Amino acid sequence: MSTPKRIFVKGNEAISRGALAAGMKCFFGYPITPQNDIPEFLSSALVEAGGEFVQAESEVAAANMLMGAAACGIRAMTSSSSPGMSLKQEAISYMAGSEIPGVIVNVSRGGPGLGDIGPSQGDYFQAVKGGGHGDYKLLVLAPGTVQEAYDLTMKAFDLAFKYRNPVLVLADAIIGQMKEPVVPRVPENRDPEEGQDWGLQGAKGRDPRLIKSLFLDDGALADQNLKLQAKYKAMQAEVDQELFLTEDAELIVVAFGSIGRIAKSTIRKLRAQGHKVGLVRPITLFPFPSEVLLDLAKQGKRFLTIEHNMGQMVEDVRLAIRTVADSAFHAQLPGNLPTPDDFEEPILKALEG
Amino acid sequence: MTQEIRVTNYPEVLTDRPTHYCPGCHHGTAHRLVAEAITDLGLVDNTILIGSIGCSVFIYNYLTLDAIESPHGRAPAVATGVKRARPDKIVFTYQGDGDLASIGMAEIMHCANRGENITTIFVNNTVYGMTGGQMAPTTLVGQKTTTCPGGRCRENEGMPIRMTEIIASLGGVAFAERVAVNNVKNIMKAKKAVAKAFEYQTKEIGFSFVEILATCPTNWRMTPLQANKRIETEMIPYFPLGNYKDVLAKEEK
Amino acid sequence: MPSRVEFREDRCKGCLLCTEVCPTGIIQQSSRFNQKGYKVTEIAPDRMNECKGCAFCAMMCPDYAINVFTTKQAKGGRK
Repeated sequence: MSTPKRIFVKGNEAISRGALAAGMKCFFGYPITPQNDIPEFLSSALVEAGGEFVQAESEVAAANMLMGAAACGIRAMTSSSSPGMSLKQEAISYMAGSEIPGVIVNVSRGGPGLGDIGPSQGDYFQAVKGGGHGDYKLLVLAPGTVQEAYDLTMKAFDLAFKYRNPVLVLADAIIGQMKEPVVPRVPENRDPEEGQDWGLQGAKGRDPRLIKSLFLDDGALADQNLKLQAKYKAMQAEVDQELFLTEDAELIVVAFGSIGRIAKSTIRKLRAQGHKVGLVRPITLFPFPSEVLLDLAKQGKRFLTIEHNMGQMVEDVRLAIRTVADSAFHAQLPGNLPTPDDFEEPILKALEG
Repeated sequence: MTQEIRVTNYPEVLTDRPTHYCPGCHHGTAHRLVAEAITDLGLVDNTILIGSIGCSVFIYNYLTLDAIESPHGRAPAVATGVKRARPDKIVFTYQGDGDLASIGMAEIMHCANRGENITTIFVNNTVYGMTGGQMAPTTLVGQKTTTCPGGRCRENEGMPIRMTEIIASLGGVAFAERVAVNNVKNIMKAKKAVAKAFEYQTKEIGFSFVEILATCPTNWRMTPLQANKRIETEMIPYFPLGNYKDVLAKEEK
Repeated sequence: MPSRVEFREDRCKGCLLCTEVCPTGIIQQSSRFNQKGYKVTEIAPDRMNECKGCAFCAMMCPDYAINVFTTKQAKGGRK
């Protein structure tokens, strides 16, 4: 098979194209910056592909539409940016509770409140700690390049159906608004029967199917929670991260998404000057690459976590390595567009120890 | 030679189990009307039920249909997702007045306005039943509830919302009717309206809506007979019965 | 033709909505309680023969607790 021709697109378009390649049939959107290119692109591209596009009356409604469509066992998606994500949490909790494989994209921006429309990683906690009410987890994928935005959106659908769990793609304004070349891959062998054995379709010739998150019978909710927790444990198999020059590194920088990619440039520059710095860029934020970090910690390496927020993922890094090491932290303040130079000083400072 | 025949035939889609509803509550009757409509139209195998939050959350225990439970007020949005994913299926929501006319006002308005080809059965009993009788958007002026113990006051809480009139005014709506199930005559009319709502969905001509005025004897602090009487004496005068929109009827004229 | 009403006493919640719609007024509250503690309805003693088989009671019952039967000449009966 020949390699598909490269295209030069924005991250938001790459996300949209990745979803189309994955076989998405329904998309439900609502305008909010900086994710607007996604509903705008899909309003024609998805319809041309024979799918359904709905501009919902609110993010609340868009997420609930996603819940309905995905409950039919078909591939469906919604996208938003940070303030809109807060509104979607209700439906996301219900989807997690009733095991519905919706895909959600957050092209995040600064907060809290209205914040700004620039990039930020302030939604990390919301993404990986549940976000809505109740004990649940989403699989969270964090692209660091436009190509990854394409690939991970495509993968999000596979994972959602594999685990019957909502999957969140956590990008930011940098990834969403940046143009890069992308190889538009196509998925390998998709199961044509996917979703057929549990999705809503009318109870013809079989017992009715019920998709719900209310469990009132004695012990029923306990059982459901145990079932969900077992699933979250199984998801540990999906851990993914980029390791860059970690082997001989004295200092490991931990950073995700666009910040991980910017930190990589800084590390390249510092390496050229002889500094032994490496990078761990978590690609799955849940499950988190705790074991990888712990292994590196056991080798005596030191850690610096850099985030585009006031310190969120650093808590997970510290939790992962707590028995042998600690992590320093550098906050890239939201409201600023970071450059590789911004990270030089904090890395050098951490190297000094 | 004579033969005994059964006059009452409950549709098979209605499960043979006792409901959890209070004595005299009209939900059971409303469920039966839905069951009869989809049975008579031959739609049982093809129908997907969108439940909502309130006493009727357990409707999926009484109708043997593929079903999903939606968050409070969001049934029309969930139904939109289901219908877009499965346009060949019959999709309906079953919602109470707190669910539909308060927390879910945005979802029902836009679902209807888009002309989603779904049916909504709206059970209006002027009170939040499951949570214990709080004031609803349809609570009548002067009606006492646990959150307006002195009676709903126009100055503070506004007037009760007449949903069928509002829904009928929206462009995407094919059928909107308000019915009651407080006597045999009204039940017959209600049965026709529910059947028509589902029939219109099969014709794919837009959103169909039936509001059923219903009792909540427990939270009205009334006996079932008193509550049933209240439908006639207090509810119907404020919520007039009748058809408010029927796009096919207009075409016939 | 005589008709017959059957109350599923385990389903009856004693709401009495059926008593109001019976055109012959033969339904009444009994003195019996069912397992759930509801005082069930019944046809007044010796008045079953007044039933017209209209099934209004069943139509009104929110609990599907009433079945109505009527008898008629069977089609094959004259052979």
